[in-house]
Amino acid sequence: MGPGLSWDLAYDVQLMFSYPFMVNAFRAGTIVAVIAATIGWFMVLRRQSFAGHTLAVIGFPGAAAATWLGLATGYGYFGFCIAGALVIAALPQHTGRTASAEESAVIGTVQAFALACGYLFVSLYKGFLSGLTNLLFGTIVGVTDTQVLVLLLSAVPCLALLAAIGRPLLFASVDPDLARARGVPVRRLGALFLVLLGVAAAGTSQVTGSLLVFALLVAPAATAHKLTTRPSVGIAASIAFALLATWIGEALAFFTVYPIGFWVTTVSFAGYLAASLWRVSADRAGQRPQVTESAADLAEARP
Amino acid sequence: MSLQSLAAPNPIAALGHMFTHPFIVHALVAGTAIAIVSGLVGYFVVLRGQVFAGDALGHVAYTGAFAALAVGLDLRIGMFAATIGAGLILGLLGGRSVADDVTIGTVFSWVLGLGVFFLAYYTTHDSTSNGAANVNVLFGSLFGISTSATWAAVAVAFVLVVAILTIARPLMFASIDSAVATAAGVPVRALGALFLALVGATAAEASQIVGALLLFGLLAAPAAAARRLTSDPWRALWLAALLATTSVWAGIVISYAAPTLPVSFAIMTVAAALYAMSFLRQTRAAPATSPARAGVS
Repeated sequence: MGPGLSWDLAYDVQLMFSYPFMVNAFRAGTIVAVIAATIGWFMVLRRQSFAGHTLAVIGFPGAAAATWLGLATGYGYFGFCIAGALVIAALPQHTGRTASAEESAVIGTVQAFALACGYLFVSLYKGFLSGLTNLLFGTIVGVTDTQVLVLLLSAVPCLALLAAIGRPLLFASVDPDLARARGVPVRRLGALFLVLLGVAAAGTSQVTGSLLVFALLVAPAATAHKLTTRPSVGIAASIAFALLATWIGEALAFFTVYPIGFWVTTVSFAGYLAASLWRVSADRAGQRPQVTESAADLAEARP
Repeated sequence: MSLQSLAAPNPIAALGHMFTHPFIVHALVAGTAIAIVSGLVGYFVVLRGQVFAGDALGHVAYTGAFAALAVGLDLRIGMFAATIGAGLILGLLGGRSVADDVTIGTVFSWVLGLGVFFLAYYTTHDSTSNGAANVNVLFGSLFGISTSATWAAVAVAFVLVVAILTIARPLMFASIDSAVATAAGVPVRALGALFLALVGATAAEASQIVGALLLFGLLAAPAAAARRLTSDPWRALWLAALLATTSVWAGIVISYAAPTLPVSFAIMTVAAALYAMSFLRQTRAAPATSPARAGVS
Protein backbone atom coordinates (compact mmCIF):
# COMPACT_ATOMS: atom_id res chain seq x y z
CA MET A 1 0.00 0.00 0.00
CA GLY A 2 2.11 2.88 1.32
CA PRO A 3 5.84 3.13 1.89
CA GLY A 4 7.65 0.50 3.92
CA LEU A 5 8.25 0.64 7.64
CA SER A 6 11.38 2.52 8.73
CA TRP A 7 11.22 0.97 12.23
CA ASP A 8 11.34 4.51 13.68
CA LEU A 9 7.86 4.27 15.14
CA ALA A 10 7.29 7.99 15.74
CA TYR A 11 8.36 8.80 12.20
CA ASP A 12 6.21 6.02 10.76
CA VAL A 13 3.11 7.18 12.58
CA GLN A 14 3.75 10.76 11.51
CA LEU A 15 4.21 9.64 7.92
CA MET A 16 1.03 7.58 8.00
CA PHE A 17 -1.06 10.47 9.25
CA SER A 18 0.36 12.81 6.64
CA TYR A 19 -1.97 10.99 4.23
CA PRO A 20 -5.50 12.39 4.64
CA PHE A 21 -7.06 9.04 3.61
CA MET A 22 -5.30 7.33 6.52
CA VAL A 23 -6.62 9.93 8.96
CA ASN A 24 -10.13 9.21 7.75
CA ALA A 25 -9.53 5.46 7.88
CA PHE A 26 -8.42 5.77 11.52
CA ARG A 27 -11.39 8.01 12.40
CA ALA A 28 -13.82 5.53 10.85
CA GLY A 29 -12.01 2.57 12.37
CA THR A 30 -12.06 4.08 15.85
CA ILE A 31 -15.79 4.85 15.75
CA VAL A 32 -16.57 1.40 14.38
CA ALA A 33 -14.33 -0.39 16.89
CA VAL A 34 -16.09 1.25 19.84
CA ILE A 35 -19.63 0.49 18.66
CA ALA A 36 -18.78 -3.02 17.38
CA ALA A 37 -17.04 -3.96 20.62
CA THR A 38 -19.84 -2.65 22.85
CA ILE A 39 -22.76 -4.14 20.93
CA GLY A 40 -20.65 -7.21 20.18
CA TRP A 41 -20.19 -7.80 23.92
CA PHE A 42 -23.95 -8.07 24.38
CA MET A 43 -24.26 -10.11 21.18
CA VAL A 44 -21.79 -12.73 22.38
CA LEU A 45 -23.56 -12.82 25.76
CA ARG A 46 -26.87 -13.41 23.93
CA ARG A 47 -25.28 -15.99 21.60
CA GLN A 48 -26.43 -14.10 18.52
CA SER A 49 -23.12 -13.98 16.66
CA PHE A 50 -24.59 -15.70 13.61
CA ALA A 51 -27.36 -13.10 13.52
CA GLY A 52 -24.62 -10.45 13.40
CA HIS A 53 -22.89 -12.32 10.59
CA THR A 54 -26.15 -12.71 8.67
CA LEU A 55 -26.91 -9.00 9.00
CA ALA A 56 -23.46 -8.11 7.68
CA VAL A 57 -23.92 -10.45 4.72
CA ILE A 58 -27.29 -8.83 3.99
CA GLY A 59 -25.47 -5.48 3.93
CA PHE A 60 -23.34 -6.58 0.95
CA PRO A 61 -26.13 -6.49 -1.68
CA GLY A 62 -27.18 -3.14 -0.15
CA ALA A 63 -23.74 -1.64 -0.64
CA ALA A 64 -23.42 -3.17 -4.13
CA ALA A 65 -26.86 -1.86 -5.12
CA ALA A 66 -25.97 1.59 -3.77
CA THR A 67 -22.81 1.63 -5.90
CA TRP A 68 -24.78 0.49 -8.94
CA LEU A 69 -27.32 3.29 -8.41
CA GLY A 70 -24.58 5.87 -7.86
CA LEU A 71 -25.15 6.34 -4.13
CA ALA A 72 -22.62 6.17 -1.30
CA THR A 73 -22.16 2.59 -0.07
CA GLY A 74 -22.94 3.66 3.51
CA TYR A 75 -26.61 4.14 2.70
CA GLY A 76 -26.79 0.63 1.27
CA TYR A 77 -25.08 -0.92 4.30
CA PHE A 78 -27.25 0.88 6.84
CA GLY A 79 -30.49 0.48 4.85
CA PHE A 80 -30.15 -3.25 4.26
CA CYS A 81 -28.68 -4.13 7.68
CA ILE A 82 -31.40 -2.29 9.61
CA ALA A 83 -34.15 -3.67 7.34
CA GLY A 84 -32.70 -7.15 7.82
CA ALA A 85 -32.66 -6.66 11.59
CA LEU A 86 -36.33 -5.61 11.57
CA VAL A 87 -37.24 -8.73 9.55
CA ILE A 88 -35.33 -11.04 11.92
CA ALA A 89 -36.95 -9.30 14.91
CA ALA A 90 -40.41 -9.81 13.38
CA LEU A 91 -39.86 -13.53 12.84
CA PRO A 92 -41.26 -15.89 15.46
CA GLN A 93 -38.71 -16.45 18.20
CA HIS A 94 -37.22 -19.89 18.43
CA THR A 95 -37.29 -21.50 21.82
CA GLY A 96 -33.93 -23.18 21.98
CA ARG A 97 -30.67 -21.29 21.88
CA THR A 98 -29.26 -23.41 19.09
CA ALA A 99 -30.88 -23.16 15.69
CA SER A 100 -32.85 -26.16 14.48
CA ALA A 101 -31.96 -27.91 11.23
CA GLU A 102 -34.74 -26.04 9.44
CA GLU A 103 -33.69 -22.65 10.83
CA SER A 104 -30.07 -23.09 9.83
CA ALA A 105 -31.20 -24.10 6.32
CA VAL A 106 -33.31 -20.93 6.10
CA ILE A 107 -30.43 -18.74 7.34
CA GLY A 108 -28.01 -20.44 4.95
CA THR A 109 -30.34 -19.95 1.99
CA VAL A 110 -31.00 -16.30 2.86
CA GLN A 111 -27.27 -15.61 3.20
CA ALA A 112 -26.39 -17.33 -0.08
CA PHE A 113 -29.23 -15.53 -1.86
CA ALA A 114 -28.12 -12.16 -0.43
CA LEU A 115 -24.56 -12.78 -1.61
CA ALA A 116 -25.89 -13.83 -5.04
CA CYS A 117 -27.90 -10.58 -5.27
CA GLY A 118 -24.80 -8.61 -4.30
CA TYR A 119 -22.90 -10.36 -7.10
CA LEU A 120 -25.71 -9.46 -9.52
CA PHE A 121 -25.51 -5.75 -8.62
CA VAL A 122 -21.73 -5.83 -8.87
CA SER A 123 -21.87 -7.35 -12.35
CA LEU A 124 -24.66 -4.97 -13.45
CA TYR A 125 -22.34 -2.10 -12.53
CA LYS A 126 -19.68 -3.01 -15.07
CA GLY A 127 -16.08 -2.19 -14.34
CA PHE A 128 -16.65 -2.36 -10.63
CA LEU A 129 -15.37 -5.91 -10.17
CA SER A 130 -12.21 -4.64 -8.46
CA GLY A 131 -14.43 -2.92 -5.89
CA LEU A 132 -15.92 -6.32 -5.08
CA THR A 133 -12.88 -7.25 -3.00
CA ASN A 134 -13.21 -4.01 -1.03
CA LEU A 135 -16.89 -4.59 -0.28
CA LEU A 136 -16.27 -8.16 0.87
CA PHE A 137 -12.87 -7.89 2.57
CA GLY A 138 -12.55 -4.22 3.52
CA THR A 139 -10.25 -1.42 2.47
CA ILE A 140 -8.46 1.50 4.11
CA VAL A 141 -8.67 3.64 0.98
CA GLY A 142 -11.50 5.98 0.06
CA VAL A 143 -13.19 6.67 3.40
CA THR A 144 -14.80 10.08 2.85
CA ASP A 145 -15.43 12.84 5.42
CA THR A 146 -19.17 12.28 4.92
CA GLN A 147 -18.78 8.59 5.64
CA VAL A 148 -16.96 9.34 8.90
CA LEU A 149 -19.72 11.79 9.84
CA VAL A 150 -22.47 9.25 9.04
CA LEU A 151 -20.67 6.60 11.10
CA LEU A 152 -20.39 9.02 14.02
CA LEU A 153 -24.04 10.07 13.73
CA SER A 154 -25.10 6.41 13.72
CA ALA A 155 -22.82 5.39 16.58
CA VAL A 156 -23.69 8.11 19.11
CA PRO A 157 -27.47 7.51 19.34
CA CYS A 158 -26.84 3.74 19.31
CA LEU A 159 -24.49 3.91 22.27
CA ALA A 160 -26.82 6.31 24.10
CA LEU A 161 -29.73 3.94 23.56
CA LEU A 162 -27.63 0.97 24.64
CA ALA A 163 -26.63 2.84 27.81
CA ALA A 164 -30.31 3.50 28.52
CA ILE A 165 -31.42 -0.13 28.06
CA GLY A 166 -28.14 -1.70 29.17
CA ARG A 167 -29.20 -2.90 32.59
CA PRO A 168 -32.53 -4.55 31.71
CA LEU A 169 -30.95 -5.91 28.49
CA LEU A 170 -28.18 -7.53 30.53
CA PHE A 171 -30.77 -9.05 32.85
CA ALA A 172 -32.92 -10.26 29.92
CA SER A 173 -29.86 -11.75 28.20
CA VAL A 174 -28.54 -13.64 31.21
CA ASP A 175 -31.85 -15.02 32.48
CA PRO A 176 -34.78 -14.30 30.15
CA ASP A 177 -37.32 -16.29 32.18
CA LEU A 178 -36.57 -14.56 35.45
CA ALA A 179 -36.48 -11.18 33.69
CA ARG A 180 -39.89 -11.84 32.15
CA ALA A 181 -41.26 -12.79 35.56
CA ARG A 182 -39.96 -9.50 36.97
CA GLY A 183 -41.78 -7.58 34.24
CA VAL A 184 -38.87 -6.80 31.92
CA PRO A 185 -40.15 -6.51 28.29
CA VAL A 186 -37.76 -9.22 27.06
CA ARG A 187 -39.20 -9.55 23.55
CA ARG A 188 -39.19 -5.80 22.85
CA LEU A 189 -35.66 -5.43 24.23
CA GLY A 190 -34.53 -8.25 21.96
CA ALA A 191 -36.03 -6.56 18.90
CA LEU A 192 -34.47 -3.21 19.81
CA PHE A 193 -31.12 -4.89 20.33
CA LEU A 194 -31.30 -6.50 16.87
CA VAL A 195 -31.72 -3.05 15.31
CA LEU A 196 -28.66 -1.82 17.25
CA LEU A 197 -26.85 -4.92 16.00
CA GLY A 198 -27.86 -4.02 12.44
CA VAL A 199 -26.30 -0.57 12.84
CA ALA A 200 -23.14 -2.09 14.32
CA ALA A 201 -22.92 -4.70 11.52
CA ALA A 202 -23.37 -1.97 8.88
CA GLY A 203 -20.61 0.12 10.46
CA THR A 204 -18.25 -2.83 10.90
CA SER A 205 -18.75 -3.90 7.27
CA GLN A 206 -17.37 -0.54 6.14
CA VAL A 207 -14.05 -1.30 7.83
CA THR A 208 -13.59 -5.08 7.62
CA GLY A 209 -15.82 -5.80 4.61
CA SER A 210 -19.07 -7.77 4.78
CA LEU A 211 -17.45 -11.18 5.14
CA LEU A 212 -14.97 -10.44 7.94
CA VAL A 213 -17.14 -8.63 10.52
CA PHE A 214 -16.40 -11.41 13.03
CA ALA A 215 -12.98 -9.81 13.46
CA LEU A 216 -14.42 -6.71 15.19
CA LEU A 217 -17.97 -7.65 16.10
CA VAL A 218 -17.29 -11.05 17.69
CA ALA A 219 -13.62 -11.77 18.39
CA PRO A 220 -12.81 -8.80 20.72
CA ALA A 221 -16.05 -9.34 22.67
CA ALA A 222 -15.44 -13.09 22.89
CA THR A 223 -11.88 -12.43 24.07
CA ALA A 224 -13.23 -10.15 26.82
CA HIS A 225 -15.81 -12.79 27.84
CA LYS A 226 -12.99 -15.31 28.22
CA LEU A 227 -11.14 -13.01 30.61
CA THR A 228 -13.89 -11.61 32.84
CA THR A 229 -17.58 -12.02 33.56
CA ARG A 230 -17.97 -8.52 34.99
CA PRO A 231 -19.95 -6.44 32.49
CA SER A 232 -18.21 -3.07 32.95
CA VAL A 233 -14.70 -4.53 32.82
CA GLY A 234 -15.70 -6.85 29.99
CA ILE A 235 -17.10 -4.07 27.80
CA ALA A 236 -14.04 -1.89 28.45
CA ALA A 237 -11.72 -4.78 27.59
CA SER A 238 -13.74 -5.55 24.47
CA ILE A 239 -13.41 -1.91 23.30
CA ALA A 240 -9.67 -1.96 24.03
CA PHE A 241 -9.15 -5.18 22.01
CA ALA A 242 -11.24 -3.90 19.10
CA LEU A 243 -9.34 -0.59 19.00
CA LEU A 244 -6.01 -2.43 19.09
CA ALA A 245 -7.04 -4.81 16.31
CA THR A 246 -8.35 -1.95 14.16
CA TRP A 247 -5.38 0.37 14.65
CA ILE A 248 -2.76 -2.35 14.18
CA GLY A 249 -4.72 -3.74 11.21
CA GLU A 250 -5.00 -0.35 9.52
CA ALA A 251 -1.36 0.54 10.14
CA LEU A 252 -0.10 -2.80 8.80
CA ALA A 253 -2.42 -2.50 5.79
CA PHE A 254 -0.80 0.88 5.12
CA PHE A 255 2.79 -0.33 5.39
CA THR A 256 2.43 -3.67 3.59
CA VAL A 257 0.80 -4.91 0.40
CA TYR A 258 -1.60 -7.07 2.39
CA PRO A 259 -5.12 -5.70 2.93
CA ILE A 260 -6.80 -4.74 6.20
CA GLY A 261 -9.08 -7.80 6.07
CA PHE A 262 -6.13 -10.11 6.57
CA TRP A 263 -4.44 -8.05 9.32
CA VAL A 264 -7.49 -7.26 11.40
CA THR A 265 -8.72 -10.88 11.39
CA THR A 266 -5.23 -12.11 12.25
CA VAL A 267 -4.73 -9.69 15.17
CA SER A 268 -8.15 -10.35 16.68
CA PHE A 269 -7.85 -14.11 16.15
CA ALA A 270 -4.45 -14.10 17.88
CA GLY A 271 -6.00 -12.24 20.84
CA TYR A 272 -8.88 -14.69 21.04
CA LEU A 273 -6.52 -17.66 20.85
CA ALA A 274 -4.33 -16.28 23.64
CA ALA A 275 -7.37 -15.59 25.86
CA SER A 276 -8.77 -19.08 25.18
CA LEU A 277 -5.47 -20.69 26.19
CA TRP A 278 -5.34 -18.55 29.32
CA ARG A 279 -8.94 -19.54 30.14
CA VAL A 280 -8.12 -23.24 29.77
CA SER A 281 -5.10 -22.97 32.05
CA ALA A 282 -7.07 -20.89 34.59
CA ASP A 283 -9.82 -23.51 34.56
CA ARG A 284 -7.25 -26.23 35.15
CA ALA A 285 -6.11 -24.26 38.20
CA GLY A 286 -9.74 -24.40 39.33
CA GLN A 287 -10.56 -20.78 39.84
CA ARG A 288 -13.34 -20.27 37.34
CA PRO A 289 -15.96 -17.68 38.26
CA GLN A 290 -19.43 -18.86 37.26
CA VAL A 291 -21.53 -16.77 34.89
CA THR A 292 -24.67 -17.88 36.75
CA GLU A 293 -23.38 -16.26 39.91
CA SER A 294 -23.29 -12.85 38.34
CA ALA A 295 -26.79 -13.52 36.99
CA ALA A 296 -27.99 -14.24 40.50
CA ASP A 297 -26.26 -11.11 41.80
CA LEU A 298 -27.93 -9.13 39.09
CA ALA A 299 -31.36 -10.56 39.93
CA GLU A 300 -30.80 -9.67 43.60
CA ALA A 301 -29.76 -6.16 42.67
CA ARG A 302 -33.08 -5.57 40.92
CA PRO A 303 -35.79 -3.97 43.05
CA MET B 1 -20.41 -10.18 -20.35
CA SER B 2 -19.15 -11.39 -23.70
CA LEU B 3 -22.19 -13.61 -23.72
CA GLN B 4 -24.42 -10.71 -24.66
CA SER B 5 -23.28 -10.93 -28.25
CA LEU B 6 -24.21 -14.61 -28.38
CA ALA B 7 -27.86 -14.29 -27.46
CA ALA B 8 -30.29 -13.39 -30.22
CA PRO B 9 -32.72 -10.48 -29.60
CA ASN B 10 -35.56 -12.93 -29.12
CA PRO B 11 -34.74 -15.02 -26.04
CA ILE B 12 -37.05 -17.88 -27.06
CA ALA B 13 -35.40 -18.21 -30.46
CA ALA B 14 -32.01 -18.01 -28.79
CA LEU B 15 -32.84 -21.02 -26.62
CA GLY B 16 -33.30 -23.05 -29.83
CA HIS B 17 -29.63 -22.95 -30.67
CA MET B 18 -28.47 -22.93 -27.08
CA PHE B 19 -26.90 -26.37 -27.43
CA THR B 20 -24.76 -25.34 -30.38
CA HIS B 21 -22.45 -23.52 -27.95
CA PRO B 22 -19.84 -25.81 -26.42
CA PHE B 23 -19.71 -23.72 -23.22
CA ILE B 24 -23.40 -24.40 -22.63
CA VAL B 25 -22.94 -28.13 -23.17
CA HIS B 26 -19.99 -28.14 -20.77
CA ALA B 27 -21.98 -26.16 -18.23
CA LEU B 28 -24.91 -28.56 -18.46
CA VAL B 29 -22.77 -31.71 -18.20
CA ALA B 30 -20.60 -30.49 -15.31
CA GLY B 31 -23.53 -28.68 -13.68
CA THR B 32 -25.72 -31.79 -13.69
CA ALA B 33 -23.02 -34.00 -12.19
CA ILE B 34 -22.17 -31.48 -9.48
CA ALA B 35 -25.83 -30.72 -8.75
CA ILE B 36 -26.58 -34.41 -8.10
CA VAL B 37 -23.70 -34.63 -5.59
CA SER B 38 -24.69 -31.34 -3.96
CA GLY B 39 -28.29 -32.50 -3.57
CA LEU B 40 -27.37 -35.90 -2.09
CA VAL B 41 -24.69 -34.58 0.26
CA GLY B 42 -26.76 -31.47 1.04
CA TYR B 43 -29.63 -33.63 2.22
CA PHE B 44 -27.46 -35.16 4.94
CA VAL B 45 -25.96 -31.75 5.74
CA VAL B 46 -29.43 -30.36 6.47
CA LEU B 47 -30.60 -33.54 8.21
CA ARG B 48 -27.60 -33.36 10.56
CA GLY B 49 -27.96 -29.60 11.14
CA GLN B 50 -24.52 -28.88 9.66
CA VAL B 51 -25.35 -26.07 7.24
CA PHE B 52 -22.84 -23.79 8.96
CA ALA B 53 -20.12 -26.41 8.46
CA GLY B 54 -20.91 -26.06 4.74
CA ASP B 55 -20.47 -22.29 5.07
CA ALA B 56 -17.17 -22.77 6.89
CA LEU B 57 -15.92 -25.19 4.22
CA GLY B 58 -16.76 -22.58 1.59
CA HIS B 59 -14.35 -20.20 3.34
CA VAL B 60 -11.75 -22.95 3.42
CA ALA B 61 -12.27 -23.57 -0.32
CA TYR B 62 -11.53 -19.90 -1.04
CA THR B 63 -8.35 -19.91 1.01
CA GLY B 64 -7.21 -23.26 -0.42
CA ALA B 65 -7.73 -22.00 -3.96
CA PHE B 66 -5.60 -18.88 -3.45
CA ALA B 67 -2.96 -20.70 -1.43
CA ALA B 68 -2.55 -23.02 -4.43
CA LEU B 69 -2.46 -20.13 -6.90
CA ALA B 70 0.08 -18.29 -4.72
CA VAL B 71 2.50 -21.24 -4.93
CA GLY B 72 1.75 -21.83 -8.61
CA LEU B 73 -0.53 -24.86 -8.47
CA ASP B 74 -3.91 -25.50 -10.07
CA LEU B 75 -6.47 -23.90 -7.76
CA ARG B 76 -8.57 -27.08 -7.69
CA ILE B 77 -5.72 -28.97 -5.99
CA GLY B 78 -5.64 -26.40 -3.19
CA MET B 79 -9.41 -26.36 -2.91
CA PHE B 80 -9.85 -30.12 -2.60
CA ALA B 81 -6.88 -30.56 -0.26
CA ALA B 82 -8.04 -27.74 2.03
CA THR B 83 -11.73 -28.65 2.16
CA ILE B 84 -11.24 -32.40 2.62
CA GLY B 85 -8.60 -31.75 5.30
CA ALA B 86 -10.76 -29.20 7.10
CA GLY B 87 -13.79 -31.50 6.85
CA LEU B 88 -11.83 -34.34 8.49
CA ILE B 89 -10.57 -32.04 11.26
CA LEU B 90 -14.07 -30.66 11.90
CA GLY B 91 -15.45 -34.19 11.98
CA LEU B 92 -12.83 -35.46 14.41
CA LEU B 93 -13.18 -32.43 16.71
CA GLY B 94 -16.96 -32.43 16.37
CA GLY B 95 -17.25 -35.70 18.26
CA ARG B 96 -16.18 -33.87 21.38
CA SER B 97 -18.53 -30.97 20.52
CA VAL B 98 -16.54 -28.44 22.51
CA ALA B 99 -16.51 -25.71 19.90
CA ASP B 100 -19.28 -23.12 20.15
CA ASP B 101 -20.46 -20.80 17.40
CA VAL B 102 -18.15 -18.00 18.52
CA THR B 103 -15.03 -20.16 18.25
CA ILE B 104 -16.06 -21.64 14.91
CA GLY B 105 -16.98 -18.24 13.53
CA THR B 106 -13.74 -16.63 14.70
CA VAL B 107 -11.55 -19.44 13.35
CA PHE B 108 -13.20 -19.47 9.94
CA SER B 109 -13.24 -15.70 9.71
CA TRP B 110 -9.48 -15.83 10.20
CA VAL B 111 -9.21 -18.59 7.58
CA LEU B 112 -10.99 -16.29 5.13
CA GLY B 113 -8.66 -13.45 6.17
CA LEU B 114 -5.79 -15.78 5.30
CA GLY B 115 -7.42 -16.28 1.90
CA VAL B 116 -7.30 -12.50 1.40
CA PHE B 117 -3.58 -12.66 2.24
CA PHE B 118 -2.98 -15.30 -0.45
CA LEU B 119 -5.11 -13.29 -2.90
CA ALA B 120 -2.94 -10.22 -2.32
CA TYR B 121 0.24 -12.32 -2.56
CA TYR B 122 -0.95 -13.93 -5.79
CA THR B 123 -1.97 -10.66 -7.45
CA THR B 124 1.18 -8.78 -6.44
CA HIS B 125 3.79 -11.50 -6.98
CA ASP B 126 2.51 -13.25 -10.09
CA SER B 127 2.62 -11.03 -13.16
CA THR B 128 0.62 -13.61 -15.13
CA SER B 129 -2.08 -13.65 -12.47
CA ASN B 130 -5.61 -14.00 -13.71
CA GLY B 131 -7.52 -10.87 -12.72
CA ALA B 132 -10.86 -12.65 -12.76
CA ALA B 133 -9.68 -15.43 -10.43
CA ASN B 134 -11.08 -13.73 -7.33
CA VAL B 135 -14.58 -13.37 -8.79
CA ASN B 136 -14.45 -16.86 -10.27
CA VAL B 137 -13.56 -18.50 -6.98
CA LEU B 138 -16.07 -16.44 -4.98
CA PHE B 139 -19.02 -16.73 -7.34
CA GLY B 140 -18.16 -19.57 -9.71
CA SER B 141 -17.47 -19.67 -13.42
CA LEU B 142 -19.80 -22.33 -14.82
CA PHE B 143 -19.82 -20.76 -18.30
CA GLY B 144 -16.03 -20.72 -18.38
CA ILE B 145 -15.47 -24.40 -17.62
CA SER B 146 -13.15 -26.15 -20.10
CA THR B 147 -13.60 -29.59 -21.68
CA SER B 148 -10.97 -31.20 -19.45
CA ALA B 149 -12.35 -29.48 -16.34
CA THR B 150 -15.83 -30.73 -17.28
CA TRP B 151 -14.71 -34.35 -17.43
CA ALA B 152 -12.67 -33.97 -14.24
CA ALA B 153 -15.74 -32.57 -12.48
CA VAL B 154 -17.90 -35.46 -13.77
CA ALA B 155 -15.34 -38.06 -12.66
CA VAL B 156 -15.04 -36.54 -9.16
CA ALA B 157 -18.81 -36.24 -8.91
CA PHE B 158 -19.17 -39.93 -9.83
CA VAL B 159 -16.72 -40.98 -7.11
CA LEU B 160 -18.50 -38.79 -4.56
CA VAL B 161 -21.96 -40.15 -5.48
CA VAL B 162 -20.68 -43.71 -5.10
CA ALA B 163 -19.09 -42.82 -1.75
CA ILE B 164 -22.18 -41.12 -0.32
CA LEU B 165 -24.47 -43.93 -1.48
CA THR B 166 -22.13 -46.52 0.05
CA ILE B 167 -22.40 -44.94 3.50
CA ALA B 168 -25.97 -43.65 3.02
CA ARG B 169 -27.74 -46.35 5.02
CA PRO B 170 -25.65 -46.27 8.23
CA LEU B 171 -25.29 -42.48 7.89
CA MET B 172 -29.06 -42.06 7.72
CA PHE B 173 -29.40 -44.25 10.82
CA ALA B 174 -26.68 -42.32 12.68
CA SER B 175 -28.15 -38.96 11.66
CA ILE B 176 -31.72 -39.72 12.70
CA ASP B 177 -30.90 -41.40 16.00
CA SER B 178 -27.23 -41.45 16.92
CA ALA B 179 -27.76 -43.08 20.32
CA VAL B 180 -29.60 -46.11 18.92
CA ALA B 181 -27.13 -46.30 16.03
CA THR B 182 -24.21 -46.35 18.47
CA ALA B 183 -25.90 -49.10 20.47
CA ALA B 184 -26.43 -51.07 17.26
CA GLY B 185 -22.70 -50.94 16.54
CA VAL B 186 -22.63 -48.21 13.89
CA PRO B 187 -19.31 -46.32 14.06
CA VAL B 188 -21.12 -42.97 14.45
CA ARG B 189 -18.04 -40.87 15.12
CA ALA B 190 -15.97 -42.23 12.22
CA LEU B 191 -18.96 -41.91 9.90
CA GLY B 192 -19.39 -38.29 10.95
CA ALA B 193 -15.76 -37.50 10.16
CA LEU B 194 -15.90 -39.34 6.84
CA PHE B 195 -19.11 -37.52 5.98
CA LEU B 196 -17.59 -34.08 6.66
CA ALA B 197 -14.62 -35.01 4.45
CA LEU B 198 -17.19 -35.81 1.72
CA VAL B 199 -18.89 -32.46 2.39
CA GLY B 200 -15.46 -30.86 1.95
CA ALA B 201 -14.93 -32.53 -1.44
CA THR B 202 -18.47 -31.58 -2.44
CA ALA B 203 -17.80 -27.98 -1.42
CA ALA B 204 -14.73 -27.90 -3.67
CA GLU B 205 -16.81 -29.37 -6.52
CA ALA B 206 -19.75 -27.04 -6.01
CA SER B 207 -17.58 -23.95 -5.80
CA GLN B 208 -16.69 -24.54 -9.46
CA ILE B 209 -20.27 -23.83 -10.48
CA VAL B 210 -21.69 -21.42 -7.89
CA GLY B 211 -18.51 -20.27 -6.15
CA ALA B 212 -17.16 -20.58 -2.63
CA LEU B 213 -19.61 -18.03 -1.23
CA LEU B 214 -22.83 -19.51 -2.60
CA LEU B 215 -22.14 -23.23 -2.38
CA PHE B 216 -23.74 -23.70 1.02
CA GLY B 217 -26.95 -22.29 -0.44
CA LEU B 218 -26.85 -24.98 -3.11
CA LEU B 219 -26.28 -27.59 -0.39
CA ALA B 220 -29.03 -26.26 1.91
CA ALA B 221 -31.90 -24.96 -0.21
CA PRO B 222 -32.80 -27.99 -2.40
CA ALA B 223 -32.31 -30.37 0.52
CA ALA B 224 -34.42 -28.32 2.93
CA ALA B 225 -37.12 -27.99 0.27
CA ALA B 226 -37.08 -31.75 -0.28
CA ARG B 227 -37.46 -32.34 3.45
CA ARG B 228 -40.57 -30.17 3.50
CA LEU B 229 -42.09 -31.95 0.50
CA THR B 230 -41.82 -35.53 1.73
CA SER B 231 -41.43 -37.16 5.10
CA ASP B 232 -39.84 -40.29 3.63
CA PRO B 233 -36.07 -39.81 4.15
CA TRP B 234 -34.99 -41.84 1.11
CA ARG B 235 -37.47 -40.13 -1.19
CA ALA B 236 -36.30 -36.77 0.20
CA LEU B 237 -32.67 -37.73 -0.53
CA TRP B 238 -33.36 -38.27 -4.22
CA LEU B 239 -35.76 -35.33 -4.39
CA ALA B 240 -32.94 -33.10 -3.09
CA ALA B 241 -30.71 -34.23 -5.98
CA LEU B 242 -33.57 -33.63 -8.42
CA LEU B 243 -34.28 -30.12 -7.08
CA ALA B 244 -30.58 -29.21 -7.14
CA THR B 245 -30.36 -30.38 -10.77
CA THR B 246 -33.51 -28.43 -11.63
CA SER B 247 -31.98 -25.30 -10.08
CA VAL B 248 -28.79 -25.67 -12.10
CA TRP B 249 -30.59 -26.35 -15.41
CA ALA B 250 -33.08 -23.52 -14.91
CA GLY B 251 -30.25 -21.21 -13.84
CA ILE B 252 -28.25 -22.02 -16.99
CA VAL B 253 -31.28 -21.42 -19.25
CA ILE B 254 -32.20 -18.14 -17.50
CA SER B 255 -28.66 -16.83 -17.61
CA TYR B 256 -28.35 -17.81 -21.28
CA ALA B 257 -31.61 -16.08 -22.18
CA ALA B 258 -30.81 -13.00 -20.08
CA PRO B 259 -27.01 -12.65 -20.15
CA THR B 260 -27.01 -9.70 -17.74
CA LEU B 261 -27.89 -12.17 -14.99
CA PRO B 262 -24.80 -14.09 -13.79
CA VAL B 263 -25.34 -17.84 -13.92
CA SER B 264 -24.57 -18.45 -10.23
CA PHE B 265 -27.08 -15.74 -9.29
CA ALA B 266 -29.71 -17.41 -11.49
CA ILE B 267 -29.02 -20.88 -10.00
CA MET B 268 -29.17 -19.54 -6.44
CA THR B 269 -32.37 -17.62 -7.16
CA VAL B 270 -34.10 -20.72 -8.55
CA ALA B 271 -32.92 -22.82 -5.58
CA ALA B 272 -34.12 -20.19 -3.08
CA ALA B 273 -37.44 -19.85 -4.94
CA LEU B 274 -38.00 -23.63 -4.88
CA TYR B 275 -37.33 -23.61 -1.14
CA ALA B 276 -39.68 -20.66 -0.62
CA MET B 277 -42.38 -22.48 -2.62
CA SER B 278 -42.01 -25.58 -0.47
CA PHE B 279 -43.31 -23.50 2.45
CA LEU B 280 -46.62 -23.11 0.59
CA ARG B 281 -47.35 -26.78 1.20
CA GLN B 282 -49.66 -26.86 4.18
CA THR B 283 -49.00 -30.39 5.38
CA ARG B 284 -45.63 -29.94 7.02
CA ALA B 285 -43.66 -33.10 6.56
CA ALA B 286 -42.18 -33.24 10.02
CA PRO B 287 -39.00 -35.25 10.44
CA ALA B 288 -39.61 -38.49 12.35
CA THR B 289 -37.23 -37.60 15.12
CA SER B 290 -35.13 -34.60 15.98
CA PRO B 291 -31.97 -34.60 13.93
CA ALA B 292 -28.82 -35.76 15.60
CA ARG B 293 -26.71 -32.86 16.73
CA ALA B 294 -23.42 -34.60 16.13
CA GLY B 295 -20.76 -32.52 14.50
CA VAL B 296 -19.97 -28.89 14.58
CA SER B 297 -23.22 -27.09 13.82
